[in-house]
Amino acid sequence: MSDVYSPVAGPHTHATAGVGGIMLQVMLALVPATLFGIWLYGWPALNLFVVTLSTCAIAEALSVRIGGRSAAAALGDGSALLTGWLLAMTLPPWAPWWIGVVGGLFAVMVGKQVFGGIGQNLFNPAMLARVVLLIAFPLELTTWIAPQPLTQTGSPGFVEGLAITFTGVTPERLDAVSSATLLGHLKTEIGRGTQLTAALDGWYEPSQAWFGHMAGSFAETSALLILLGGLYLMVRRIIDWQIPAAMLGTLALLASLMHMIAPERYADAGVHLLSGGVMLGAFFIATDPVTSPSTLRGRLLFGAGCGLLVYVIRSFGGYPEGVAFAVLLMNAVTPLIDHYVRPRIYGRDIHGRPRTIASKPKPDAEKPS
Amino acid sequence: MILRLFRIRGGVHPPEHKHPTASRPIEACPLPARLYVPLQQHIGAPAEPVVQVGEKVLKGQLIGHAQGPVSAPVHAPTSGTVTTIAPHAAPHPSGLPVVCVTIEPDGEDRWESAPAETDPFLLTPREIGERVAAAGIVGMGGAAFPSAVKLGAATRTPIHTLIINGGECEPYLTCDDRLMRERAVEVIDGVRIMLHGTQATRALIAIEENKPSAIRELKRAARIDERVMVVRIPALYPMGSEKHMIQTLTGRELPPGRLPADLGLIVHNVATAFAVHRAVRFGRPLISRIVTVGGGALREPRNREVLIGTPIEDLVECCGGFAEEPARLLMGGPMMGQVIPWNAPVVKGTSGVIALTREEIHIGETRACIRCGRCVSACPVGLMPLEMASRIRADQFDGAVDHGLNDCISCGSCAFVCPASIPLVQFFNFAKGELVARKTAQDKSQVLKLMAEQRQARLEREAREKAEAAARKKAEREAAKRAEQEAAARETGT
Repeated sequence: MSDVYSPVAGPHTHATAGVGGIMLQVMLALVPATLFGIWLYGWPALNLFVVTLSTCAIAEALSVRIGGRSAAAALGDGSALLTGWLLAMTLPPWAPWWIGVVGGLFAVMVGKQVFGGIGQNLFNPAMLARVVLLIAFPLELTTWIAPQPLTQTGSPGFVEGLAITFTGVTPERLDAVSSATLLGHLKTEIGRGTQLTAALDGWYEPSQAWFGHMAGSFAETSALLILLGGLYLMVRRIIDWQIPAAMLGTLALLASLMHMIAPERYADAGVHLLSGGVMLGAFFIATDPVTSPSTLRGRLLFGAGCGLLVYVIRSFGGYPEGVAFAVLLMNAVTPLIDHYVRPRIYGRDIHGRPRTIASKPKPDAEKPS
Repeated sequence: MILRLFRIRGGVHPPEHKHPTASRPIEACPLPARLYVPLQQHIGAPAEPVVQVGEKVLKGQLIGHAQGPVSAPVHAPTSGTVTTIAPHAAPHPSGLPVVCVTIEPDGEDRWESAPAETDPFLLTPREIGERVAAAGIVGMGGAAFPSAVKLGAATRTPIHTLIINGGECEPYLTCDDRLMRERAVEVIDGVRIMLHGTQATRALIAIEENKPSAIRELKRAARIDERVMVVRIPALYPMGSEKHMIQTLTGRELPPGRLPADLGLIVHNVATAFAVHRAVRFGRPLISRIVTVGGGALREPRNREVLIGTPIEDLVECCGGFAEEPARLLMGGPMMGQVIPWNAPVVKGTSGVIALTREEIHIGETRACIRCGRCVSACPVGLMPLEMASRIRADQFDGAVDHGLNDCISCGSCAFVCPASIPLVQFFNFAKGELVARKTAQDKSQVLKLMAEQRQARLEREAREKAEAAARKKAEREAAKRAEQEAAARETGT
């Protein structure tokens, strides 16, 4: 009974959610979009998913062992698996195995463990790895394929899937299946001076974009399934509405405004919201607790910043997609936001000075309603 | 009339665990073999014993009188013999002893005086204050601040509203709930006496919505006085915090360092109101209280009316003992209660004795902070507990103070929600203690420096005076010599 009397401070009861539980909920919310991605792009996509997640788990275990800590405890919180999961979802589905390995190693070891492990990293590890891969291996990271559903005849079988992932896709096969993403296509066409309506013709159908039956990253094409996952996280109180709402809202507002000004040059809000990694970014990446502000007002600011940067990079930058860059740039601003945007303390004004007691109060001063 | 309520920031909803005791009536507890009545059960100076070892005392007899402006007297909870006046374990996590008057009951439970009823409304507010002070009443919600001192504030600052705290937002605790349900008339009488004592124009009795029976009973009893209003408030922890109750009921916030009286308010607990009723109407001192004895480790959780000084051990025994070994034994509720030694006695501020099992505590291994911000959202004061903790971890106490450490009310909402099981309140209490220690050391060194300077000045002054005296003497001697020579010269010259 010795620790019955150890003078520990309260509270002596605790809520049920643990770090591992939170990560598990997030992974659960990712399952529908992930399964859809596997169905949409077939065996190679599943292979890449497995490779990336395993690499992240091994990298995490290796890193904490070097640091002299328990690998089981570190893996138990699920954060390394989640990092791998999110990274895999943003990769081209038929990317070779070593993309997953290099990305996974970089995400966990450089993106997270070098900073001191979970909770210490300044940047979102998955996005950091994705940007590094994009800059180091631009070809592999921009080789997109048209949907090859598992159920469709002609889609690669298990053995051929292994071959695609581990020995590379043959040029003939690639020619048959490769396709640009919507954003990539628009960037090229608009840059060439094509009118927007002509460029969108046959490429963009809102209902299709909602379901995600198009070329793109492994598991970010289905706006609907990602939205459902995000809503689930909100209902379970794993994430707040501030970041997704501010990010999507800002992006939609800017897109609508620019579309109104130059309708044949700038795509409308629908195209922006339903393409690329915006949905995944808004609900699952920008909401990463470690790298986003910890106050609700700070999160509004952070989300708005992400939305603004996504729009700026997509419309005026060199890359067709900007979610990863936008999130990383806002990650860098997070400490600043947390320093300046603090809640008002009870009994004090917003600058932290004690509130003054204005007048001698009377009971009638409080109006009954 | 419906009172407009105001929202408070943050807060949490811990599982209530109130049902095991809420449905059962208050029961008495058998006389223990020994009572340990601490002379310090309140904030302020300890009482001075006025009885001798071996002396026979009667129930209600004064055994320690108040010392200084903030203190409270202590009375014998039953008749018997004083066996020792010596240090005994106090209900405090430190386990440090306080001086207790040990009484061996004679079993007769004989009062010092026959009951005599006074009409409290014929007394002056000052007399009410005196009676409350003489009865040794302290805040019974747990803070144990001498009630008469609070009531006395009304003589200096006009009070318009008396707030009666029936929130009882801590899980497990139902002692106030049962008191309100079973002794509503007496509670209302106490409230009216306090209204008379403070000359306030209205009383608001705030009760959380999870106690509908208590609200009903008190509303019924309050019909006799239109100044008394029972207010149903949301069930949200820490609604029972004085600052947050004031905000909920009035929309006003208490600036740091100010008292409710500065806003024309005074806040008392419902159990205090009941004690005031007994003291002022019947002249009975505070010698017993209702205690919730609960927690999963206990066989028969109950509300018991317990004599002050009853050892926790005896109290647990009269509730059937432990069903399993408790993982933690607490005084108060699980959010803000404190770990106490097994042999400590029940005191005036003991609202509950809670024996928790490991499952009930439900704390995981402490992990690294993932900056999820749940603590920020839960904090009812508007602090950023994660930032404070990271500063404290790095020994940057000033940084923690800059983030509002001194505004923290230690309610534990942050640590309750923390998914990484970081003992945030432990961090903050440590830092607060460390800051006090540093301040003390600084004050001490300043005093030492001042003393050294004064000594130096004294030595210099003395040296100077000595030198001056010597110079004066020399001058006098020389003057005398000169005078002599001049006189001689004059003599020879003439």
